[in-house]
Amino acid sequence: MHEAIRFILNGEDVTLGDFGPTETLLDYLRLRRRLTGTKEGCAEGDCGACTVLVGRLTELGLRYESVNACIRFLGSLHGTHVVTVEHLAGDDGTLHPVQQAMVDCHGSQCGFCTPGFVMSLYGLWLSNVAPTRADIESALQGNLCRCTGYEPIVKAAEQVSASRPSALFDPLERDRTEIMAKLWSIRSEMETIVVKKDGAHSIVPASVSALTDILAEEPDATIVAGATDVGLWVTKQMRHLDPVIFINHLTELQSIASDETGIAIGAGVSYTQALDTLSDELPAFGRLIDRIGGQQVRNMGTIGGNIANGSPIGDAPPALIVLSAELTLRTHAGRRTIPLEDFFLAYGKQDRLPGEFVEKVFVPRPAKDDHFAVYKISKRRDEDISALCGAFSLTLDGDGKVENIRIAFGGMAATPKRARHVEEALLGKAWSWGVISAVRDLFDEDYTPLTDWRATAAYRSLAAKNLLTRFFLETAGQPQELRRFELEEA
Amino acid sequence: MDKSTFETKSVINGPMHAALKHDSAHKHVTGSAEYIDDIPEPAGTLHGGLGLSDRAHAEIVSIDLSAVKAAPGVIWVMTAEDIPGFNDVASTGQHDEPLLATAEVQFHGQPIFAVIAKTRDQARRAAKLAHIEYSDLPHWTDIDTARANNAPNVIEPMTLKRGEPETEIEKAPLRVQGHMYIGGQEHFYLESHIAMAIPGEDDEVTVWSSTQHPSEVQHMVAHVLGVANNAVTVQTRRMGGGFGGKETQGNQFAALAAVAARKLKRAVKFRPDRDEDMSITGKRHDFRVDYDVAFSEEGLIHAVDATYAARCGFSADLSGPVTDRALFHADSSYYYPHVRLTSQPLKTHTVSNTAFRGFGGPQGMVGGERIIEEIAYAVGKDPLEIRKLNFYGLRGSGRTVTPYHQEVEDNIVARIVEELEASSDYQARRQAILEFNENSPVIRRGIALTPVKFGISFTMTAYNQAGALVHIYQDGSIHLNHGGTEMGQGLYTKVAQVVANTFQVDIDRVKITATTTGKVPNTSATAASSGSDLNGMAAYDAARQLKERLIQFAVRQWKVAREKIEFLPNRVRIGSEIVPFDTLVRAAYYDRVQLSATGFYKTPKIHWDRHAGRGRPFYYFAYGAAASEVSVDTLTGEYLVERTDILHDVGKSLNPAIDIGQIEGGFIQGMGWLTTEELWWDARGRLRTHAPSTYKIPLASDRPKIFNVKLAEWSENAEPTIGRSKAVGEPPFMLAISVLEAISMAVASVADYSVCPRLDAPATPERVLMAVERLKAME
Repeated sequence: MHEAIRFILNGEDVTLGDFGPTETLLDYLRLRRRLTGTKEGCAEGDCGACTVLVGRLTELGLRYESVNACIRFLGSLHGTHVVTVEHLAGDDGTLHPVQQAMVDCHGSQCGFCTPGFVMSLYGLWLSNVAPTRADIESALQGNLCRCTGYEPIVKAAEQVSASRPSALFDPLERDRTEIMAKLWSIRSEMETIVVKKDGAHSIVPASVSALTDILAEEPDATIVAGATDVGLWVTKQMRHLDPVIFINHLTELQSIASDETGIAIGAGVSYTQALDTLSDELPAFGRLIDRIGGQQVRNMGTIGGNIANGSPIGDAPPALIVLSAELTLRTHAGRRTIPLEDFFLAYGKQDRLPGEFVEKVFVPRPAKDDHFAVYKISKRRDEDISALCGAFSLTLDGDGKVENIRIAFGGMAATPKRARHVEEALLGKAWSWGVISAVRDLFDEDYTPLTDWRATAAYRSLAAKNLLTRFFLETAGQPQELRRFELEEA
Repeated sequence: MDKSTFETKSVINGPMHAALKHDSAHKHVTGSAEYIDDIPEPAGTLHGGLGLSDRAHAEIVSIDLSAVKAAPGVIWVMTAEDIPGFNDVASTGQHDEPLLATAEVQFHGQPIFAVIAKTRDQARRAAKLAHIEYSDLPHWTDIDTARANNAPNVIEPMTLKRGEPETEIEKAPLRVQGHMYIGGQEHFYLESHIAMAIPGEDDEVTVWSSTQHPSEVQHMVAHVLGVANNAVTVQTRRMGGGFGGKETQGNQFAALAAVAARKLKRAVKFRPDRDEDMSITGKRHDFRVDYDVAFSEEGLIHAVDATYAARCGFSADLSGPVTDRALFHADSSYYYPHVRLTSQPLKTHTVSNTAFRGFGGPQGMVGGERIIEEIAYAVGKDPLEIRKLNFYGLRGSGRTVTPYHQEVEDNIVARIVEELEASSDYQARRQAILEFNENSPVIRRGIALTPVKFGISFTMTAYNQAGALVHIYQDGSIHLNHGGTEMGQGLYTKVAQVVANTFQVDIDRVKITATTTGKVPNTSATAASSGSDLNGMAAYDAARQLKERLIQFAVRQWKVAREKIEFLPNRVRIGSEIVPFDTLVRAAYYDRVQLSATGFYKTPKIHWDRHAGRGRPFYYFAYGAAASEVSVDTLTGEYLVERTDILHDVGKSLNPAIDIGQIEGGFIQGMGWLTTEELWWDARGRLRTHAPSTYKIPLASDRPKIFNVKLAEWSENAEPTIGRSKAVGEPPFMLAISVLEAISMAVASVADYSVCPRLDAPATPERVLMAVERLKAME
């Protein structure tokens, strides 16, 4: 067992053994290292002023991703390369091309959000040599700017991708081999790490089987993958969490594979990692993922976490429920698999036993002619939490009658929930406008939504009915969803 | 000195009117620009946390702070009793805003005590441990409930009147009455409020404050400490955004830090968490506008009678001038032959609302544009036609007098609108949209072209003054200081351009220094878009004096006539000789020429009698227009902004790059206000949209897909402002009304444009869908 984590911070090897389980990367950078270029704007992963890059080894090699340092716990950094804005410019002060483009395009005004934008643009620059406007906007979804109106920042992104100077200019390209070697060496020496500070424990298990052993002993431990939810328990609710088990480094949980039976998604697969597969297999699901959080949150947050936290407004569960997804839960003693919809028992209560963790979700492949759609409605199109999110899956028989239909909503009840009355009324009927009009109001039997700051109950009810209309129109070949960019652009 | 001194060049780097980069751009992108939280803390710095009210309106029965005091790291717990001077941070002098609540709390989140601890985390955690017993009192948080409760006004209302509205409103052929709700807005500056105080000897204290108004912070800190103003120095290098939110709202954090620093003889820093910042600092006022308009069958306005009621919060703060400015802009760009406008600044049990870009003007204009829409739908015309019909006229037209009896002398709104109508291809696009809507059952489009006319000057006449301090050191380098603050708007850059231009030296010779009350006293808030008008002129005045001294010295020393002296780029022609600027400066020093000067400026011509509702509150007007096109999903109320074209008047721009940035940024911020940004209080009076997770400002992906922004390059200020430029901070904000009205047109399409949609703001998807449903039901 080790008592310290190891990572690289910019150009420096760090071994850290004195931190609490909920100490954030942002506080570490600003308070302990005086790297004050990284800013705190909101401390909840929503504004991007604290954006840094974290490089980690994946199946595809060393991959740098933008993340929110404000909700990233130190315990999740073992075996990574943390890159802050201070690392970009040359020793002689020469700006990195990304920085220079921001200056040239007048991309900063008050400047407080700017380091975060620079880092998000840098992440894009590293991963995409010819980003479209859609790619750029997607990469910037997690960064708020209140001064510029974004136009010059988007122009900077376009300008810098159009003319890429030599790779040597870039510190990460330059040092890539060396960094990879160091990270491989950290990984190869992997043992379970337990860091104690002021009596609180951070646990970094060596493997999934080590995780099961630890959970057997610490069944009430908080399991943290992306921390995009748990982070706020700490920064906003100031909860004490102890012990905390970090699992984001466990690549065993990060495989996503599809075959003729369906798609198996490891619980540790981030939204970003899932995006390509889901976009290929289920385009509507892919479009949904692009509207979950900002890029930083999609890089950190996991589909498993979105399920395990049982939120009534989680965006993935309604879609997974109508796709008849199955959930595999695991303990020291073994595994069990249940239909995903049975996992959500009541508000804040899931069918997860002490010591159990979500290991995998399996999405059976829909039949070729099945219709599937998921529609998210929020005040702001991107990086917002759903007012409601409706998912639909439909099988028609040879006569155009409903053979099978599943409808589930988030934001309409205390848990993600099926619309059983509507489903039942549609079953066996002709899939026609007349039938749809007749059954719409049955949503009122299925849901009694709340009024809150995201929407009134009246709006939620009406919009849910209208989403059924939208789904009908879409199956009839008349898609009506507003899209900022057509698919070929995205 | 850099080698450029000896180069012969035709123009300097960074003259006035050049598109210079922001002076801190390089530091912004490298993360080296220093904000207050980035300043290295003095040894032993302590950190503040706040204990907040859990009630909207209540008597405090008892406070038990023992658990707070016993919490780890806590050094001191401060209550109102510990305040050595006055427990008051009311910027208006009305004494209605305690620094810490005593017997009564008047909004949910009102600070009651402060914790000083070794770390910020300890202070925040300890602040949650108090046991406070309350006895609830009746509370109301919105305008309608305030009216129902006969809520008092936080300040005397204002009435503007011209003509005979009471009788004339009966006389026109057509008349419409209605009302509109306009939501407030959170500033969401990316840097939350912050202050750090360091105690000095005797009664002194120095405060670093993220404020637009260092002088007011100085006076407030002195007032709270019970010391003279001269004991307090306030410094501000830059803010991470202000937008009006740091005009008065920084007072409390600076005062808290100063009291603790004096008491504990240690540096003390207060930095509220984002959620606290949003809960305990004021916002843009929400309004309800009740209007009554009479007009001809062509749509020509005859008389307007309107009341503008505002949610002001628990104290006056700036609600007086904000609601006044709403009335000053209730005419938007239109001539009202007979008019009565009344404000109603209502007290509510919410945080005290404050300045925000436009300062009531946007709400005034949104109401004015709603009136235009009502007329347009009543007479069945394109709202743009009604707009043009009702514009203020040119001099001599008999249609130039505002409801406040100021003559509009510099009117260019018709030209701006005409040019934009052509360049945006408005008419053809509107026709195409009408055709599209006929054949599109679910998705509807809308387009709107709306004008802006915005009055420039503080309506509080005394604020229209500014000072500057300019030194030239012996090596020819220049030190520039003025009372304006830098919040991202590029003020420091613009003023440095003025100074560089005056001396004809490269701008890198001019060191821009942090605003401090010790160098330039009695300054005004950097607000009302006035920063460069006032401080540019004050700096010019200082530079002009120094230049004159250098000329007189040269006349003496070189024995030439003053006409023979000319300032060339980085050098001076003195008779037949060419002397580098720094050589001249050094020679002047040895001749004992004073190389430091203060400058001063006060805006001419303006005066205002609030009681009579008459005067000339504005030195001039800034103009602009925007055309926006949207798509709306009538099943869900969701929308996209497809395209916006803007033509905006900044006079002769001091810096076109910075001005374009202000226009684009202002437009997007205004668009957020009118679309997705919604403040929501629950039944207990708690603001539930208090962080970016719940309060949604625009993202990059919300800006118009096509965004064409141009300056009206032919425009020059009719008044002799600095370089004939115009103010640019606030006016572009109101260009976003075009988005609201474009959505409104798309909604109107579901009832074949026969009914005014009466779409309230913010037009969230929910409000849009509900308006669609209302119109469908009326058809």
